[in-house]
Amino acid sequence: MNTIKRFAGIFWIVLGPLAIFYLIKTAAEEIAKKPVIDTKIQWIVFVVIFVPIAIGLMIFGWYAFKGEYDHLPESSKEI
Amino acid sequence: MKPTSIRSVILASSVGTLIEWYDFYIFGSLATVIASQFFPKTNPTAALLSTLATFAAGFIVRPFGALVFGRLGDLIGRKYTFLLTLIIMGGSTFAIGLIPSYDRIGVFAPIIILLLRLLQGLALGGEYGGAATYVAEHSPANRRGYFTSWIQTTATLGLFLSLGIILITRHSLDSDLSKSISKFNDWGWRIPFLVSIVLVGISIYIRLKMKESPLFAKLKDEGKTSVNPLKESFAHRSNLKMVLLALFGATMGQGVVWYTGQFYAQSFIENVCKIDFEQSRTILIWAILFATPFFVVFGKWSDKVGRKWIMLTGMFLAIITYRPLFDQLLSISDTTNKKEFVTRKEINTKITPLENTGNSLRTVTSIRHYKEGIKLIEVKTDTLYSQPGKATLKTDIKTSKLLNDENYRWMILIVFVMILYVTMVYGPIAAFLVELFPTKIRYTSMSLPYHIGNGVFGGLTPFIATLLTTIYTGDKLVGLYYPIIIAAVCLVIGVLYVSNKIDPDVNN
Repeated sequence: MNTIKRFAGIFWIVLGPLAIFYLIKTAAEEIAKKPVIDTKIQWIVFVVIFVPIAIGLMIFGWYAFKGEYDHLPESSKEI
Repeated sequence: MKPTSIRSVILASSVGTLIEWYDFYIFGSLATVIASQFFPKTNPTAALLSTLATFAAGFIVRPFGALVFGRLGDLIGRKYTFLLTLIIMGGSTFAIGLIPSYDRIGVFAPIIILLLRLLQGLALGGEYGGAATYVAEHSPANRRGYFTSWIQTTATLGLFLSLGIILITRHSLDSDLSKSISKFNDWGWRIPFLVSIVLVGISIYIRLKMKESPLFAKLKDEGKTSVNPLKESFAHRSNLKMVLLALFGATMGQGVVWYTGQFYAQSFIENVCKIDFEQSRTILIWAILFATPFFVVFGKWSDKVGRKWIMLTGMFLAIITYRPLFDQLLSISDTTNKKEFVTRKEINTKITPLENTGNSLRTVTSIRHYKEGIKLIEVKTDTLYSQPGKATLKTDIKTSKLLNDENYRWMILIVFVMILYVTMVYGPIAAFLVELFPTKIRYTSMSLPYHIGNGVFGGLTPFIATLLTTIYTGDKLVGLYYPIIIAAVCLVIGVLYVSNKIDPDVNN
């Protein structure tokens, strides 16, 4: 199980940049299609909010890959 | 702890949280009315989008509220922090009810609204973590899921209360229903906001009587509270990894399931299925009423079997059944292949003179009856100009459908099933989050993933789903791909990484 967790970590690391790329690409396309203030605000909000979350997913993937989740803490002494 | 004491703890925490949710939801439920009052009327779509953006802002600032008040809660204590959030929320809500409209104070109106909405979002961000932590820290280990599940009912009951008060107010302002609705849209919408101050007052009174959480008080007496909760929560790898796990393995999926079942479903019924304003709301009210007890059922069950599999089963069921369930909502309301009683078609035309212009407003109402019991009501409005040759460029057409009892009950059942999934993913989650983090940084650590999951991923669900339907216009169910994909990623992470072990001791 721990091996699967670690290999899945690579997938989460890759998923982060993919999500960022898709988000920015869609935002650019939609803003170009309808360049009004509402569209711009809406997509800028999405990019600003979701990019840090995607980076968080990459960090999560890195931790998983490094085996940080092989054993979860069972008391606060381990945290 | 004595049963009466724990009941007081749950009551004090739940009533306040319920009122905060009520305050937060009335804004969203009255989005269209608020748009007409506070945003320029020249472009109704832009006005509605502005309101929805404000709505989203209310959700997006929630994670910041989680950080600000979570930190305070871990520094000075749970009791005074969630008392403060309640005061901020109540004050902002009451103030929204007092703001003059755009017609009177111009651009200041939407700016003040936006600021108050941001304050609401901040306050909500601080409330939930405090209430859940406070109850959990009073609960015995073997009943933590059960006791905290009462806090979990408050979000849904807050929506129930807001919808109920809005509908009652809408009907009570005049004996003639159409006049009552007109008065509501004009000034009566302020009442639900103003009522909030009474509810908040009662809640503050109850909360002031409560004592600090025993675990936090003990830490404080021993001088073991955190000096810098933000740093300890997010700069230490050992805790940050648990924050990330809570977000990606639980709250992200839980948030989208919650907002799809309760908010997108209602928006879909009203705007895509075109069901009548009141029917679309009462369908949700009944479904909530029947489903709410299951928050407690699943919370209690999680004390026996663990939190993980109940939450993940809810997510799994949502992923595989959302499309068929929403498809069923569409097919119930679709009139294209239904047989119409052509002879029963009614057409009424009403012409109302417009003062001092010589023009008139023409309203043509047509009602079609279908064999399956659906009534399709179409209202076309245009202006008849006195000036020869001048005509309305675009007729305003509003369509709504009234369901018969059988179809109405079917829709309630479908929404009930979706809210049942909500109870599965949401009922045990407070206990799950509390058990992940140590007492001294619990408020901060659990609040952030909760509010990113619910505020950002969940809160934006109706907005993003609706947006997808405007980009990919061929499929009316395309909006569901957002919650389905997010819940699927969360399900995989949850299955792989989340532990089903119940922490027997959160007293550390």
